[in-house]
Amino acid sequence: MMREINSDVIRQAVSELAIGAAHDLEPDILDALLAARDRETAPLAKNIIELLLTNADIASRERVPVCQDTGTCIVFVSLGQDVHVIGDLQAAIQEGVRIGYDEGFLRKSVCDPLTRKNTGTNTPAVVHFDIVAGDKIKISFLPKGCGSENMSALAMLPPSAGIEGMVRYVIERVVAAGSNPCPPVVVGVGVGGNFEKVALLAKKALLREVGQASERAEVAELEQRLLGEINRQGQGVHGLGGINTALAVHIETFPSHIASLPVAVNIQCHAHRHKEIIL
Amino acid sequence: MSLLRYNPEFLNNLKEVSLPLAADVLPTLAAGELVSLNGVLYTGRDQTHRRLCALLDEGKELPVDLAGQLLYYVGPSPARPGRVIGAAGPTTSYRMDLYTPRLLELGLAATMGKGARSPETRAAMQKHGAIYLASIGGAGALLAKCIKKSELVAFGDAGPEAMFRFEVENFPAVVINDVQGRDYYAMVAEQKKSEG
Repeated sequence: MMREINSDVIRQAVSELAIGAAHDLEPDILDALLAARDRETAPLAKNIIELLLTNADIASRERVPVCQDTGTCIVFVSLGQDVHVIGDLQAAIQEGVRIGYDEGFLRKSVCDPLTRKNTGTNTPAVVHFDIVAGDKIKISFLPKGCGSENMSALAMLPPSAGIEGMVRYVIERVVAAGSNPCPPVVVGVGVGGNFEKVALLAKKALLREVGQASERAEVAELEQRLLGEINRQGQGVHGLGGINTALAVHIETFPSHIASLPVAVNIQCHAHRHKEIIL
Repeated sequence: MSLLRYNPEFLNNLKEVSLPLAADVLPTLAAGELVSLNGVLYTGRDQTHRRLCALLDEGKELPVDLAGQLLYYVGPSPARPGRVIGAAGPTTSYRMDLYTPRLLELGLAATMGKGARSPETRAAMQKHGAIYLASIGGAGALLAKCIKKSELVAFGDAGPEAMFRFEVENFPAVVINDVQGRDYYAMVAEQKKSEG
């Protein structure tokens, strides 16, 4: 039995997700910032985290975006195989973004890569579809600014590099990013799969609730180790020192070819905007 | 957000600096110093820089005389009706490095964004006695409250990448590169190294 969902409902949901994400940080990132402020020992870093919390408060109350870079939109759709969408699903998502960015007074930051001409609508959004069991649609909305996105990196390491090589690569990328991606950051790491899969794993790692450990014990252990080592590097909040360069490290893994150890790093800024809805 | 323990004292105790920066004030601003900016500044990011340099290539006049001015790297979000501006925090500065030395030659006194500058830009700043400041990345809603007036100067068709003239009050920033050639990000890294 197919459940029917009208594409109008999806369009409306996406526009609301866009506006909500830009203005209202989720409890997970706010809690992570509060915890970082409380454990921070460097006075300047502590004061800046305090300002970031104040900024989130102003944004939510006064309906000003948390950050002017309201990003390109990444939309993850988990589409239940027992759902029949009436109308054009892809078009509804794009139209939802266009309406949300227009009505929400959000910045349009999408342009042609060659001419650099702004599309004027913040579309197209980057949409990833997963077909899953069930009769629901889950839409995860991740607007991402480019201060952090530009610091992304991918390496096809040889298997001999091992876990140590992977760890070194991730730390090296976060250190090289410096203050560019607006630390304290959330570090999304993909390990395994192949060239395109590993990048997607790193991005999907950012959808996890901030600080939620991997279900795999050995991966969770690696996440903690990486977080500790990154924060010992001393760059801290905005590169101005302290112990909070990163709020969390999330690693997603997928089996790879016997000849390869792909690693991808996708850094997210402290203005970690994300929303989700299940229809 | 009831857990907020915001301490406004922090922002009240910054060193007050008037814009445009007076020539005798520039050398007094040291790397690592926290400042509160008051007065007029100009904005520009990727497209504005590209177009300013294209005008220079063509031997044309720039829309504004940048001598002595501060150029703030920002692409604001649109203002809601009745508001001065939308969110307006700093964008990452290294993307402007290709163009910055050329604008410093015209007498640009200061730039402001976030993140480290290239060795070429740092050298050009030292040569011309200019400074670089970082404001608070990702604090666009809070910083918007420090912008009291905004008007379009040029390149309106570039949307958020256009050049604006802002009047700011108590706009917070950290001096990263001073006229002595010091770099605060490097100083923080050195400090950490010496602590082990």
